[in-house]
Amino acid sequence: MTHPPKSSAAPPGTGVPTMPAVPPQPGPPTVPGPPTAHATPPPPPPHRRTAFAEGVDRLRAAATTEPGRLRIIGALLALLVVAFGSVTAWQMTDRAAAADDVLHKSQPLSTAAADIYRSLADANTAASSGFLAGGQETPESRQRYEKDIDTAAAKLVTAANNSDPGSPSAASITKLNKLLPEYKGLVERARTYNRQGFPVGGAYLRYANEKMQDDMLPEAEKLYTKENQRLADDYADATPYPWPAIALGVLTLAALAWAQHRNYRRTHRVLNHGLVSATAAATVVLLWLVVGHSVARAGLNDSYDHGVRSLNVLHDARIASLKARGNENLTLVARGAETVKVGDATLDAYDHDFTEDMAVLGKGLAQAEKLADDQTGEKPVTAAVGNMEEWKKRHATAREEDDNGNYQQALAKVIGAKGATGECFDSVDDNLAIALKHEQSEFKTAAGDGLDALGGLPLGAAVLAVLGAAGAVLGIGRRLSEYR
Amino acid sequence: MHVRCVRAGLKGWGGVGAMAVVCALALAFVLLLPTARSSGDGSTGTGGPGFATATHAKDTTCEGPEKQTLAPSGADGPTITAIKNRQGEKRKLIVGVDLNSYRWGYRDPNRADAELEGFDIDLVRRIAQDILGDPEAVQFKAIPTNQRIPAIQDGRVDMVVRTMTITCDRADKVAFSAPYFKTGQTVLAPKSSRISGYNDTLADKKVCTAAGSTAYLKLKKDRDTGAMPASVDIIPPVPNQLDCLVRLQLGEADAVVNDGALAASQAAQDPTVGLKGKAFTTEYYGVAMNKKADDLVRRVNQILVEYRANGWQASYDRWLSATLGQDASASKPPAPQYLRTS
Repeated sequence: MTHPPKSSAAPPGTGVPTMPAVPPQPGPPTVPGPPTAHATPPPPPPHRRTAFAEGVDRLRAAATTEPGRLRIIGALLALLVVAFGSVTAWQMTDRAAAADDVLHKSQPLSTAAADIYRSLADANTAASSGFLAGGQETPESRQRYEKDIDTAAAKLVTAANNSDPGSPSAASITKLNKLLPEYKGLVERARTYNRQGFPVGGAYLRYANEKMQDDMLPEAEKLYTKENQRLADDYADATPYPWPAIALGVLTLAALAWAQHRNYRRTHRVLNHGLVSATAAATVVLLWLVVGHSVARAGLNDSYDHGVRSLNVLHDARIASLKARGNENLTLVARGAETVKVGDATLDAYDHDFTEDMAVLGKGLAQAEKLADDQTGEKPVTAAVGNMEEWKKRHATAREEDDNGNYQQALAKVIGAKGATGECFDSVDDNLAIALKHEQSEFKTAAGDGLDALGGLPLGAAVLAVLGAAGAVLGIGRRLSEYR
Repeated sequence: MHVRCVRAGLKGWGGVGAMAVVCALALAFVLLLPTARSSGDGSTGTGGPGFATATHAKDTTCEGPEKQTLAPSGADGPTITAIKNRQGEKRKLIVGVDLNSYRWGYRDPNRADAELEGFDIDLVRRIAQDILGDPEAVQFKAIPTNQRIPAIQDGRVDMVVRTMTITCDRADKVAFSAPYFKTGQTVLAPKSSRISGYNDTLADKKVCTAAGSTAYLKLKKDRDTGAMPASVDIIPPVPNQLDCLVRLQLGEADAVVNDGALAASQAAQDPTVGLKGKAFTTEYYGVAMNKKADDLVRRVNQILVEYRANGWQASYDRWLSATLGQDASASKPPAPQYLRTS
């Protein structure tokens, strides 16, 4: 084997090593006719050339000799391995952070927002039931109201802690925090006047109801929608395949294979330890990346399909049942004061809303039944469907009493102790709570598995990439040393 | 060749430029439209359609609207026969009332049952007793102030007994009975307030009225014609007169303009507010019915003849003497006149 003396390609007069700092750059040559080792050119023109042009010259010169080529190849391989590692680490850090947000931030927040809405609506319903029952409300309805207010206040703190300052969610939370004590004040005044037997208590309750319906619930719904959007965004950030990293990985492996093949052709040596270890490191990173992300993706998709989707449907169904109950109460509070025209018929506005809410509830429960993927998830939903059917039946008889002018009997059939629609509503609510709890734990398990699959991947990729790059440099260095 | 390339390039850039312009325009539209629309909404935000029509209705001037009613008669006509023919549970008189007028039509929250009671309710029971033979044969419907006339016109109720003032405008749309109570508009304000009545002391004050009430119509007219200071701030009308007491207590209103009878009911629920000055109008409450229900109007007038003689005073003593005074003479309706013939 013959080889030209080393460093013959170095342009005269420079002590700079030929190891290139940059890979070969495409682009038009800025100097016509680069000097070569063989040509004995006329003295170069005296004008100063750019550092870039000098670098390109030197690279071209280096590429003509085998050690030069080896140096370039080594540098390129090391660069590829490091780039692959860092892109992998960067992309997976992003995905792991998004997956962590899904599990620990946006999903809990979305649930907190749904809880805020639910407890506010439930408190309002409890307050109007208490009013319907007369001045002496039952301890149960009082307790229910107080518990709802406590829940709403506690969840508002959770939501506030997790929201970004200045975000629309933070504004909604601030507004709700301001309105909650106002609402409570109005209800307390209503109570006091009710006890004294003055109808102005009812006027305060109507005012409180107006505040709840017109200001607080829309704000809570806004918060819920926004947090759900954020959850969807986090999913969208966590699940897509890291194509740049994968492509770089494949490219790196191909380059390593080519380098080893070239080495084999020139030296007939099968193994170069450095290059083999670089290949092994890159292969491990690529496999880890693809398998780890696939598992994480599967876990997250599973948590979405079997957790979040079910949770959303169940939350919506629960809210619909609450709205229906509120409207059922208001039908009796308002006693025909509000009407709507549907086609030719004039209907009671609240009873009309009740019918629509029940339709939403029925649709939601049917969807939840379809989404439920196991016995534990399906059972409470099926039970809730049964409760809803019974509720509709009892509601129809209560309406008949009211339409016949038997207000007292209608009242007993709605808020009475036994056989009233209130029992059915409570059962629907309890069953939906059980279903929600189950889906929440399903979500946590699946999303937790997904997040675990990403654990250590960014750090591992970085470490392995450094090792791989070192291997590539050492492997090429070993070949280079044969020229010394 | 080169020139053509340049030209093609320019053409390409022209297309891109045109698209950029279109995009910018579309974006500008999208950004500007919502503001335009929201400002359009804002201008109509405070006034609901309900009372806007009321204020623009023609200001009928008629002589003594309380005298424009039909002569009493006990005979059954088509309307009464239809009511009597209601079957089973439905054999009831459907009456629009208020649930919020203390001692007029309200539900005592401390009563175990949900029975309504008050001066208006007594009269309703008397009418049901006479027509259907059972004072309990009544289906009560709660009607907001501005829904009283539509409820009668749509046939949702047979009649409205709900502290309803007989006015010329309303008499165009519904038929009234002879008056059963006399009252007048008064001002209600905190006892400590400097407001002294329906006068200049209401300037720069926030005044609460019920939507579709005579108080709202009168105050608005007086302010527009200059009889009252232009700075009187009429806050958006509330659905029920009692909601005004809530606004007053919460400091969202400085005064309430209302029928004296109802103002007294409000004052009875809060010892810190009181009536300011004398009543500045004279008004009469009547039972409102459908324009076509002549037989029912005559029958109610017949019942009122008997009720004034026997029943009215007892009901007054029970419900109203505590708030309006032992002496009922200021509230007694005048001797009825029946000037309407068809």
